Parts: sequence; C-alpha cells; structure tokens
Amino acid sequence: MSIEPPYTLYHPRWYRRRVSVWWWLQKRSYTGFVLRELTSVFVAFFAMVYLWQLHALTQGPEAYGQFLARLRTPLFLALDTIAFLFVLFHAITWFNLTPKAMVVRLRGKRVPDWVIVGLNYAAWLALSGVVAFMLLRGR
Amino acid sequence: MPPTVALTVTRYRPERESEPTRQTYEIPYRKDWVVLDALNHVKDNLDGSLSFRWSCRMGVCGSCGMKVNGTPKLTCATFLSDYMPGPIRVEPLDYFPVVRDLVVDLTDFMRKLKQVKPWIIRKEEKAPAEGEYLQTPDQLDTYKQFSMCINCMLCYSACPIYGLEPSFIGPAAIALAQRYNMDSRDEGKAERLKILSEHDGIWQCTFVGECTKVCPKHVDPAGAIQQYKLTSATDWVKSLLLPWGTR
Amino acid sequence: MMRRITPLLWLLFSAGGTVAALLFPVHLFLTGLAFPLGWLEAPRYEYLHRLLTHPVIRLYLFVLISLPLFHWAHRFRYTLYDGLQLKHLTVLIAALCYGAALLGTASTAYVLWIIP
Repeated sequence: MSIEPPYTLYHPRWYRRRVSVWWWLQKRSYTGFVLRELTSVFVAFFAMVYLWQLHALTQGPEAYGQFLARLRTPLFLALDTIAFLFVLFHAITWFNLTPKAMVVRLRGKRVPDWVIVGLNYAAWLALSGVVAFMLLRGR
Repeated sequence: MPPTVALTVTRYRPERESEPTRQTYEIPYRKDWVVLDALNHVKDNLDGSLSFRWSCRMGVCGSCGMKVNGTPKLTCATFLSDYMPGPIRVEPLDYFPVVRDLVVDLTDFMRKLKQVKPWIIRKEEKAPAEGEYLQTPDQLDTYKQFSMCINCMLCYSACPIYGLEPSFIGPAAIALAQRYNMDSRDEGKAERLKILSEHDGIWQCTFVGECTKVCPKHVDPAGAIQQYKLTSATDWVKSLLLPWGTR
Repeated sequence: MMRRITPLLWLLFSAGGTVAALLFPVHLFLTGLAFPLGWLEAPRYEYLHRLLTHPVIRLYLFVLISLPLFHWAHRFRYTLYDGLQLKHLTVLIAALCYGAALLGTASTAYVLWIIP
C-alpha cells in the first residue's frame, strides 16, 4: 500500500481489506461502468468487420458477395445486434459525459451542459443522415 | 413509527481481534436524528468503547465520513428516516486502513494533498502596498466549485481505481489542484503538472464518476479530472508543435 | 517516457471514441442489420467500388476504422488492468492492445492504398 508510518511497539495493527476481483459486481454503478468500458470491444469488433468489408470490396464482386452472405448468417446477425446495442450505449454515455471534459466558456459564462450534449446529438443526427444518404443513393 | 431501530456497526479492536466484527445496537428512533446522533447515543448510553470521528455536525468539517448501508456518506447529514425500517449498517470508509472501529487513517491523502501544492503559487508576490489581486466574478466562477472540497474523503472511498491502485493520487487531490490551477491569481500550473502527469496522476482515472456521485459538497471531482486531462493533452500538443516554449 | 506518450494515447482514445459515437451507430445499423435483413436496399457493388476511388472517401474510411481501434486499445487496456487486476502484466497488456491497434491501422492503410 502507500506510505506507512513506522510500526512501533505501541502502534496498533491496522486492518486493510483486499479489494475482491469481483469488485465490479458489488454495486450497480460499478457494473454499469464496466459494461460501458466493454463497449469498446464491440467498437473494435465492428471496426474489424468494416475492414473486412473494405478488403472484400477490393477483391471483386464475388468476394464481396461472399462477405454479404456471411453477414446474413444468424451468427453475424446476432453479433451485429448485440454490437449495435453496445455501440448505442457507448454513444449515449459518451455524449452525456462530453460536457464534463469540454467546458466551453462564452463571454465569461460557462455554456450549460445540456447545450453541449444537445450539440453532440445534433451532430450525430446530421452525420448519420449524411452517411445514410451516401449509402442509400447507390442502390 | 417504531420506537427503536437496529444499528449494525463495524467493530475492530486490534488489541484483541485480527478482523473486524459487527455489533448491533437498538437505538431509539427519532425522525430528526441523523446517523451521527445515533452513534453518539450509542457512545453515551450503550457502549462507550465505540470509536468514531466527528466534529462540526453540520457538514463543513469533513470528519464524519463513513459508509452507511454501503454508500460513503457524511453521518451528520444522513437521516435515519431515509433508512427505515432498518437495520442501518455503518462501516468505516473503504480503501483506507482501519485504525479502530469506524476510524480510518488518512495519512495517504494528506501526503498526496501536499504533493499537489494546494496554495497560490506566484513567481513574484505583490507587495501589500500595491493592493489586492483583483478577480472578476466570472474568474471566480471557473474554480469556485472545486474550492468547496471539505476533504471528507468520501470520493476516495467511492473510487474503485483508488481501491485497486492505492498509489493513484485520487479525486480530491486533483480537484484541489485544479482549484488552484484555474485561479487567475495562480502561476503554478507547470509545477503541479509534474506530479499530476505521472502515471499515478490523472491518467489512472477512467472516469467511473462515482466520486462526483458521493461528494456532499457537489465539487464534481470527476469533471475536474476530465478537464485537466484535456488541458494537459492540449498543452502537450502545443509543446510538441511549439517546442521553443510558450510559458 | 510514460509522461510523454500518455497524453497522445488519451487524445487518440478521445478522438476514437467520438468517431465511434458519432458514426458507428448508423454504419453498424445499415451494414450489420438493415442491409442483410433487407429492411433497406443495399448499395450496389459498382457504386461502392466507385466511391472507394475518391481519396476523401478513403481518408474518411481510414479515420473511421483506425481511430476507434485506438479507442478500444486504450479503454480495454485499463479495463483489464483494473477489472481483472492484472497489474503484473501491465507492459504485456499495453503492448498487445496498442500493438493490435497499430496492426489494424496498418492493415487499413494498406487495403485503402492498393485500391486501383
């Protein structure tokens, strides 16, 4: 542990509890925190799926067709559904926490948190719209 | 309302036991009592050997921090009525060594607090004849929230990172460092950066956010830490792009 | 050494988290659910292939994949360190996480570079 005063004959024995490896299950907020951190695994999962898609696109229409067929299998549909839920959880927690890190001061006054959060959600909607438009106009 | 409520208190007497035990007292229930009143009733009438810290009994000294039903609280600000019908569990703060019963040792925090230099640092002090340092209300507003800290240690007790990594400098120390960093009169940012940018400084924090949740004075240490991460990172980028120095 | 790169790693984590938060939901919804399940018509191969020839699109895709990988690396490293209390393996964990992110970034750069 951290610094300890030197033990003397008359210094009492202090009690230190070891933190259990299951510390994150002992409180609901701790478990929520760990789930939030685990969203990063699904973020990485989808980044890899996208890389796979790009690779398939460069290998010709047949390879791309195989990729699409793979995405239609129950395994990937299940994985993608779970990943989607986790990615949503990441996005929502991320936007809600942004104003804590980014304090914007306009003319000396702090911009209220809900403005920052709102701007994030607005950007999310706008960018999602652009991406959806770009992908859907190619059908 | 029932006439009594059960108060289950952690006891630890190092002279005769190696592990803490629990003892339950039946205390009278009064709807205006706080947990501290209950503990004082026990000490005055039931068991004089119970040891615990308290002082102002009004939420400004930070002495009476303990866990009530698993959550770190100031016992002088925690009403019995919120926990009825009981039993109410009172334990010492987590992650600090227990000295006796409900008393924990806070030397670790005291040392860390000193390390962040929680005082105004100036290259040159103004002579008193030159007058006061002037500060606008907006300048005060940037750090006032962080100055509300009463060093009660509830945040350290709630922070799982502090529990897992006792060398972590911790929420209150960083919040107080920020209180001075953001004070317009202070010029000590670079000095504090040295200790804060260590691996056991701000970078251990993973923004669990529990510290802010339990803080009785609404200091928002989690916010202070994230803000400092951002300023530290932007300063780092600036130092990379402008190595010939800005400060 | 730690003091020098930790701010960079945190910046990558933040940038990656922002990219993932703003762009992954829509991409994942379309590519992983709407298109395979037929809720919306998927883009044709020729259209996607044509999109890929634009350097701006390639840069977008590079950022879309590489930054979230660094976000994962940083976050997962701390999750293992704190959650599973694997303090003694801290160097190994860091090397594996950031190494994997670098590998993914390099692969992405390579795939996007060799597109005709």
